[in-house]
Amino acid sequence: MVQTIQAQPAPPPQAEPEVVKSLRDHGALPQWRLMWRQFRRHKLALIGLIVLVPIYFIAVFSGFFAPAASDSAHTALPYAPPQRVHFSSEHGLFVYGYSSTRDQETFEQTFTVDKNKIVDVGLFVRGDEYKILGLIPSDIHLIGPVKAGDPFFLLGADQSGRDLLSRLIHGARVSLSIGLVGVLAASVLGLLIGGISGYLGGPIDNAIQRVIEFIMSIPTLPLWMALSASLPDSWGPLTRYFAITVILSLIGWTGLARDVRGRFLSLREEDFVMAARLDGVSRGGIIFGHMVPSFASHIIATVSMAVPTMILGETSLSFLGLGLQAPAVSWGVLLEGAQNIRAVATAPWLLAPGLAVVVVVLAMNFVGDGLRDAADPYK
Amino acid sequence: MAQPLLEVRDLRTHFELEDGVVKAVDGVSLTVRRGRTLAVVGESGCGKSVTARSILRLVEHPARIVGGQILLYGDQPSDDPLDLLAAKDKRLRQVRWSEIAMVFQEPMASLSLVHTIGDQIIEAIRLHGGVGKVEARHRAIEFLGRVGIPDPKRRVDSYPFELSGGMRQRAMIAMALSCRPRLLIADEPTTALDVTTQAQILDLLQDLQQELGMAIMLITHDLGVAAQVADEVAVMYLGEVVEHGPAASVLSEPKHPYTQALVRSVPRLGQRGQGRLAAVRGTVPPPYERPSGCRFHPRCDAFMAGKCDSTVPTRVRSDDTDVACLLYGEEER
Amino acid sequence: MLRYLARRLGWMVVTLAAISFVTFVVIKLPPGDYTSTVIANAEARGQAIPESQIAELKRHYGLDKPFLVQYWTWISGVVLHGDLGQSFAWNQSVASLIGNRVLLSIVLSIASLLFVWSIAFPIGIYSALRQYSPGDYLASFLGFIGMAVPEFMLALVMMYIGFRYFGQSVGGLFSPEYADAAWNLGKLLDLISHLWVPIVVVGVAGTASLIRITRANLLDELHKPYVATARAKGLPEWKLLLKYPVRMSLSPFFSTVGWLLPGLISGETIVSVVMSLPTSGPLLLSGVKSQDMYLVGSFVLILSALTVIGTMLSDLALAWWDPRIRHRLSKG
Repeated sequence: MVQTIQAQPAPPPQAEPEVVKSLRDHGALPQWRLMWRQFRRHKLALIGLIVLVPIYFIAVFSGFFAPAASDSAHTALPYAPPQRVHFSSEHGLFVYGYSSTRDQETFEQTFTVDKNKIVDVGLFVRGDEYKILGLIPSDIHLIGPVKAGDPFFLLGADQSGRDLLSRLIHGARVSLSIGLVGVLAASVLGLLIGGISGYLGGPIDNAIQRVIEFIMSIPTLPLWMALSASLPDSWGPLTRYFAITVILSLIGWTGLARDVRGRFLSLREEDFVMAARLDGVSRGGIIFGHMVPSFASHIIATVSMAVPTMILGETSLSFLGLGLQAPAVSWGVLLEGAQNIRAVATAPWLLAPGLAVVVVVLAMNFVGDGLRDAADPYK
Repeated sequence: MAQPLLEVRDLRTHFELEDGVVKAVDGVSLTVRRGRTLAVVGESGCGKSVTARSILRLVEHPARIVGGQILLYGDQPSDDPLDLLAAKDKRLRQVRWSEIAMVFQEPMASLSLVHTIGDQIIEAIRLHGGVGKVEARHRAIEFLGRVGIPDPKRRVDSYPFELSGGMRQRAMIAMALSCRPRLLIADEPTTALDVTTQAQILDLLQDLQQELGMAIMLITHDLGVAAQVADEVAVMYLGEVVEHGPAASVLSEPKHPYTQALVRSVPRLGQRGQGRLAAVRGTVPPPYERPSGCRFHPRCDAFMAGKCDSTVPTRVRSDDTDVACLLYGEEER
Repeated sequence: MLRYLARRLGWMVVTLAAISFVTFVVIKLPPGDYTSTVIANAEARGQAIPESQIAELKRHYGLDKPFLVQYWTWISGVVLHGDLGQSFAWNQSVASLIGNRVLLSIVLSIASLLFVWSIAFPIGIYSALRQYSPGDYLASFLGFIGMAVPEFMLALVMMYIGFRYFGQSVGGLFSPEYADAAWNLGKLLDLISHLWVPIVVVGVAGTASLIRITRANLLDELHKPYVATARAKGLPEWKLLLKYPVRMSLSPFFSTVGWLLPGLISGETIVSVVMSLPTSGPLLLSGVKSQDMYLVGSFVLILSALTVIGTMLSDLALAWWDPRIRHRLSKG
């Protein structure tokens, strides 16, 4: 590049110092490597990623990691409190069993840890049957009582005497996947409609924008409630799962569509798009070969921020009894058991799924934040 | 020589970035004389804007002024000069605008869009003039009229986006002059404007200079602009001044090879058919790697191996010009 | 400006009409209607209802008419007579059923909005001006937490704490002695003493995101050239920051109503269910579950209408605040 004084265009006013700008011209790196470099610098995002990866891993192999099946119950032990794992040379790993007393007046059952009852605990023990990835049958569990059927409640039990930890792990499958599936659906809608709106412009754009404004002005939860109440009770868990996903994404696509439209509008005026057009590149070629790649990283960042919103949406709906319904397990379904404040007061561990939601959403927000920073590596 | 108005001595402003330190301004020395115009010229990225901002200590993180002196001399020869870099914040704020005012490149971005131009001018007048609202408004209107804005009584209540680009820059100039500063720093004041408006604004600046007797420090990348208005020229390259002298000498008989290359690269009217325009050879080196010895040596036509790449040139006087080049020196020193 | 107002009002009417229609479609979406609920309830009691009686019920509620006729009957009643229809389950007019509850929902939402503003703006501004200070990190961290905790979870935790450590239930908006009393000063004070918990709970998520937005907006403005101009003029730092960049960054203050309000109403709905507040939430939930269509329809319609009106008011306020927007409007 030869610089002459006259030909040199004026730098933008103070937006960035000239030196920084010339830095950019010299240090050109491939975009993905730059993004990763920037992402790594975001400590919170890295922590978020480190938290999320094992959680998703556990959710995928939930059968192995959960000590019991989601529906195996000790009906005699409702609201049994959490056990602590002990170790002694005599027994190896073990937990104490329960003894129950019933209040003569209120008939309320209370449990105490009974140090005389010892439940041996082992690693890689045989227990409830499950299928790895839904295919390979197995009954090996990472941790559990050596004698199958002994009570083993690391996080306590729910009102039917089911192990909360196992249900939490099984519920993660739905709660964690619904965000991804829902966001995928919303992204397709958002990209398509936003792209049409931004690329075509004119009256079509106008109409689409009005529709989006309209959808955005409706309070989401009442609408979600009304929509999910319209699902027939006869539908099975899987159908319901997809229906809820569709409902969540029907409302979730609007923000992305606006974003995509904005990008398209500004890109249409860019020189490289004009150049491609003058080169005779087809419309599809311009959109997918030139325009989409230039803001793909930005879209990924935006989309990643929508995943936690969807997870919160599912949790709220199921909590209200309008989303997934038992026997399906999701964190929202589990929290439905915590609606009664008296139940929570006697068994505060029922709030554990809520803690799981908070941790996952927090981690996702961190990752999303890091991705957004990384999407603009030079900013 | 009479006492100057402003003297910049060995100014160093560095950008402390994560990947290293960029020495945007690295040992700039220049002098502004009373009532005269100094043009600071150079390619983009040579540090001229940063120099201008450093004078009023307006550089922001990650940039930092790490050394040097900026001496502002008083009206009486007996007054001690004030070092702006060492001055307390309060004293500095008094100097700002009342003694040294600035005009920026983009009037649209440099004016607040949610305040009327009157509001923004009156604010400055009241801050430094100690006058009442009515009087300040009066003066704002007067200055708007002076810079050639038609119907200033009405325009004083306009928002910047209601004016054209040229009018906005005039309003900015009115604001800069409203406290009658002794020095006006104009940072590329005409770059964002079309050529006709550019000429008008430059004329206006010269007229007002005559009228108010202030000095002007004009930052520009355009040698044509410098030739039109400057009494003196300082040429910057990679964060330092390589040539500093009267405009006539520097622009017609440049001493430094860099200045010579710059001057050759300016197209002249009526000189067709002489082949391609000469450009400055090579490119500006990356900011983290300053060449050893003379910073210009990798691009220099008069490069002397073994000398220019090892010895740092000092500024020496040749005729009426200061020049930092190893071609000059020894015998003339 | 007047033309803009007229156009805005016209657009609002269109939006409301569309909302009412969509609402009606949604509440008609479920297979079956209110009679299915009646039948199911009867069957649960081990009774059977004869066909003729069901047909009679359908005729009574107008459920045998075509869809559009049903819609028209409902919406014309709403617009012309302010008649929101009958609640099947409660056998009362919807208007009398929800009047007070909607009022409390409005009070709660507006109070939450004020809470969000009064907390989020100062913190957001502080965070931006003291970027990377310990206070900024703390605000960012709390902001992240606030966005990650679902409202109902926070409500549950608050109630658990109240129940467990203070031995009182935090739910409800009135103490028992005031619940059915007529309005007087005592009742108002009682309401306020109960109201702050739900206000905080509902407002937390909005506060968190508004802090982030305010901070990001102000950070964008802080390094604009006009700030350098103001600094060059010799203004003291705090004065110039407040007059220029902060003022610029406060435009969202007005445009936030549009997106905060739907979120606050959503949050209010679910928090009310958890804390059993006598607002629209619990009644809406039970209506949704029993397919009490006019009840649900009226709720969604009213809540949406409130949002749309709130958004319009905030747009007008924005035009008043920002001369650039006034300028654009007067031209277009």
